[in-house]
Amino acid sequence: MIAVEIKHLTKNFEIEGHTVVALKDVSLAIEKGDIFGVIGMSGAGKSTLVRSINFLEKPTGGNVYVDGTDLGTLSERELRRMRSRIGMIFQNFNLLEQRNVLDNICFPLEINGIKRREARKRALELLDLVKLSDKARAYPSQLSGGQKQRVAIARALATDPQILLCDEATSALDPQTTASILGLIREINEKLGITVVIITHQMSVVTNICKRVAIIDNGKLVEEGKVEEIFSAPKSDAARELLAGKKISFQPLKKLEEGRRIRIVFRENSAYEPILSNVILKLRIPVNILKADTRNVGGKAVGEMILGLPEDGRQQEDMIRELKEAGVSVTEVNEIE
Amino acid sequence: MNEKVIWMLIEGIGETLYMTLGSVVIGYVIGLPLGILLYVSGKNGLRPCGLLYRILDFLCNVIRSIPFLILLILLIPFTRLLVGQSYGSTATIVPLVVCAAPYIARVVESSLTDVDAGIIEAAKAMGANNMQIIFRVLLVEAKTSLLTGFTITTGLLLGYSAMSGTVGGGGLGDIAVRYGYYRWQTDIMVITVILLIIIFQIIQTVGMKLSKKLDHRKR
Repeated sequence: MIAVEIKHLTKNFEIEGHTVVALKDVSLAIEKGDIFGVIGMSGAGKSTLVRSINFLEKPTGGNVYVDGTDLGTLSERELRRMRSRIGMIFQNFNLLEQRNVLDNICFPLEINGIKRREARKRALELLDLVKLSDKARAYPSQLSGGQKQRVAIARALATDPQILLCDEATSALDPQTTASILGLIREINEKLGITVVIITHQMSVVTNICKRVAIIDNGKLVEEGKVEEIFSAPKSDAARELLAGKKISFQPLKKLEEGRRIRIVFRENSAYEPILSNVILKLRIPVNILKADTRNVGGKAVGEMILGLPEDGRQQEDMIRELKEAGVSVTEVNEIE
Repeated sequence: MNEKVIWMLIEGIGETLYMTLGSVVIGYVIGLPLGILLYVSGKNGLRPCGLLYRILDFLCNVIRSIPFLILLILLIPFTRLLVGQSYGSTATIVPLVVCAAPYIARVVESSLTDVDAGIIEAAKAMGANNMQIIFRVLLVEAKTSLLTGFTITTGLLLGYSAMSGTVGGGGLGDIAVRYGYYRWQTDIMVITVILLIIIFQIIQTVGMKLSKKLDHRKR
């Protein structure tokens, strides 16, 4: 079952007489119950994309279908009804500052005409779900960033939505809080079967929680697929850049005449063997390990390394061939300045 | 000071408060919806409408650019039509309201503009309609700023009501002009000024305290 389908979506903004193209012919489909990531650099158009899913941004061209309904055909009233079935959380939480936690969670119920007593009951249940029952009477200004996002999640879930949109929901949080919020989102996805769409510029968020990912670059969808596949074998330049992270700026102790940098990813079957050592011993070609890391991709530990290879082209080719034969995926590194 | 003067001063305080509060209340009845309309029709409003905004904007600016004393005289025929006479405290409320309404509209517009756009976006995402956004989000989130604006406006109108004394408007300003200026009774003038300062201080302090107390943003 498809929860959200986007077909040939285009969005232009008119800014002081200039036309800025935010999205160009983007098409994608998100399965029900999925945790779908949309990743891109800032300004790539991912925020516009997520706002198209609940029509906060009306597309210039193309169609958006939610549960099979074309949002473009809905009247304002029908659209508002549809929006109340799509939860959304934000980078800056966007809680009502003059209402306490309980009243914040009641707000979406109130505007849908649900009686106060019923709304309170539901809000208390949700507070329990996000583990903030003791903060019911607190005001947002008295909460930490992580707690505010938990309240925002409870509020987004109040109307029993089928879809939860997360717009850079963890970008303002520290790594530990990010992990706990992602854990909560995963729990919600599993317990309630809600389809989650996550917009982020952090690859760690995608690898941590998402099942599928779309990469947006300059308003275009450049790559889409399973997270494990894109992580180990990124095809687009944008994906490689996002995976490599910042440019490696330190100098290795013994400087090697480096010709090329590659990124290798160890899959489960290759994680138990000393593959790199074996290849180096066999070929007698020196390499620099510039970065080595273990990442959590969809609940599995996956090893990743960035290697500096010598200048000799033949040696480079030998090395890459041997590594590939050993079952390691190899990609070129594009670094971000 | 004889009893007569004291009674006159008490009556003056009563008239001043009547004019100030009367014009503030009626001013808000007109100015608050006007301010909301300015915000809603503005460029980043809930339903931008360039034409409506430009008309309201122009009207507000024109009235606000007329000095109050001149407005007072300019409006005499209109006041007479509405109240039946052009002097006295009730008559003074008319020009005070005309002066205050566009000012209030501006203050309200600016308070609403200060509400975080993200909060409004969140309300939209939850399916709120424009009326719900105005009454349950904007006015609630802006309440402290609105109250501060209310306090400042009341202080301003207190001053303007005193100014109307020059044309027989009644109240403390009237007493100050008639006795203090025309009759050279400096003591009475000083007392009226002190009374005005006290009233102003009370309004200001109560308004600000209340606005702080109602604010949940910082603790």
